[in-house]
Amino acid sequence: MSAIFDYLTQEPVWFYVRLVLFLVGTLAFVGANAAYLVWVERKGAGRFQRRPGPDEAGPWGLLQPPADGIKLMAKQVMTPPGADALLFRLAPALVLMPPMMCLAVIPFGDKLLACDLNIGLLLVFAFGSINVMALMLGGWASRNKYAIISAARVVSQNVAYEIPMLLVVITLLMITGTMNLNEIIHQQAGGFWQWNIVRGIWDFQAGHIGGNILVPVTFLIFYTCMLAETNRAPFDMAEAESELVAGAFTEYAGMGFGVFFMAEYANIVVGCALATLLFLGGWQSPIGTVPAEWGWWGTLLGTGFFFAKMYFLIFCVVWIRWTFPRTQFYNLLNLSWKILIPVSLVTLLLTAGLLKLPNLF
Amino acid sequence: MKTFWEVLLGLKSLFTGLSITIREFFKPTITTHYPRQTETIPARFRGHIQLTQNPDGGASLCIACKSCERACPSACIIVEGVKKTDGPGKTVSEFRLDFGTCSLCGLCIEACPVKPVKAIEFTKRYNLASTTNDYADMDLVQRYKDLQAKKS
Repeated sequence: MSAIFDYLTQEPVWFYVRLVLFLVGTLAFVGANAAYLVWVERKGAGRFQRRPGPDEAGPWGLLQPPADGIKLMAKQVMTPPGADALLFRLAPALVLMPPMMCLAVIPFGDKLLACDLNIGLLLVFAFGSINVMALMLGGWASRNKYAIISAARVVSQNVAYEIPMLLVVITLLMITGTMNLNEIIHQQAGGFWQWNIVRGIWDFQAGHIGGNILVPVTFLIFYTCMLAETNRAPFDMAEAESELVAGAFTEYAGMGFGVFFMAEYANIVVGCALATLLFLGGWQSPIGTVPAEWGWWGTLLGTGFFFAKMYFLIFCVVWIRWTFPRTQFYNLLNLSWKILIPVSLVTLLLTAGLLKLPNLF
Repeated sequence: MKTFWEVLLGLKSLFTGLSITIREFFKPTITTHYPRQTETIPARFRGHIQLTQNPDGGASLCIACKSCERACPSACIIVEGVKKTDGPGKTVSEFRLDFGTCSLCGLCIEACPVKPVKAIEFTKRYNLASTTNDYADMDLVQRYKDLQAKKS
């Protein structure tokens, strides 16, 4: 098994085979996640409200996502009169593309990544921002006042939350010194006290104060911004059912609507995966390191750790959605401009100072 | 400084909310899976009226006095009686209820003079939804006979 794996990773001829394999894998992963996270969401919503959630289709309602898929595909996709037909049809495709691109650089295990890019983190953020434009296009091309209001809100919200998110990521980058996601994870080897969320406070390996003693706050800001970037409750201004019908998706029917939801869940997966590998050590074991001689099985075990952490964060997203009511729009912007940005700037300055501190003595 | 404490307090309140919802998450669900499970109907539930089953079996307790017919504010009860062949008094031969106009006020049951058990009572039936209007016209004498046949 591991021989085959080594062959696939080393031979230059097999680079393209590997690429296609990962492409198919990523598509399947996004599809399965989008379908079953809807199920998790509905099941979770049920449990938080002491209902059973979807229960009738299959055991524990597990056949609900395929049933929903069939229903959505059976529906007619209509373009509203006067809408920009090209952009209207293009928007669902554009909205799903960026999270899929992001998954190419995210390491699921030690060797389990499609593309070991030196600027992986930059790529994730670059494509993460395109997502906004797709939502805006969808809202704008619909020729519907609710959709346009929603599109405007999405843009201002995402611009506002992109800034603190990038600022906290910069504080992290100052500690890690690399944008290679796999390398960032390699630095966090050893146990949970080596993960950036703890290592930032006190570096146990080097035995001195970490780069950013406010790193839990940094994580909180990152997570909040991730929620806002993916347009999740309590920041779901793009949808805002009770105010804007269905926001930017109002005019979409059938699978066009379905693809927007797939993209939302794919974005959550990417966001949570990023939070996992930046702060929670990615595929690193919480205690000790996975021995290198375990080879392929060690990689699989690491992938298990990665998914455990990632799905815990995704569960938190669902938990937060069914706990907090939607914020008012000006409060949303106030939170970003008046609280998150100043705090993340302070952590940035603090990190810059603390990183120099051990060198002074 | 004030803003700083407000932010901290707000953050604390968010975590309080999260702790409440996660506790609800692990509690058992309280849903009744309706077609397969049903709630017990309260003792004083008002379904449509029916003729009370005679504890001794045989004919209905109703004496066809028409008190209920007179008491009914929506005139949805029609009672007819015939002379008993085996003794004094009358027995009910027709008892029709137009459930479509019945308001379930219960005045008919209050007016019933039969003692010690009243001759009419509320049922606990609630699954009466129908796509036709036939269900509303109820022949309670027939229903009495059917129920008695089912009992024996």
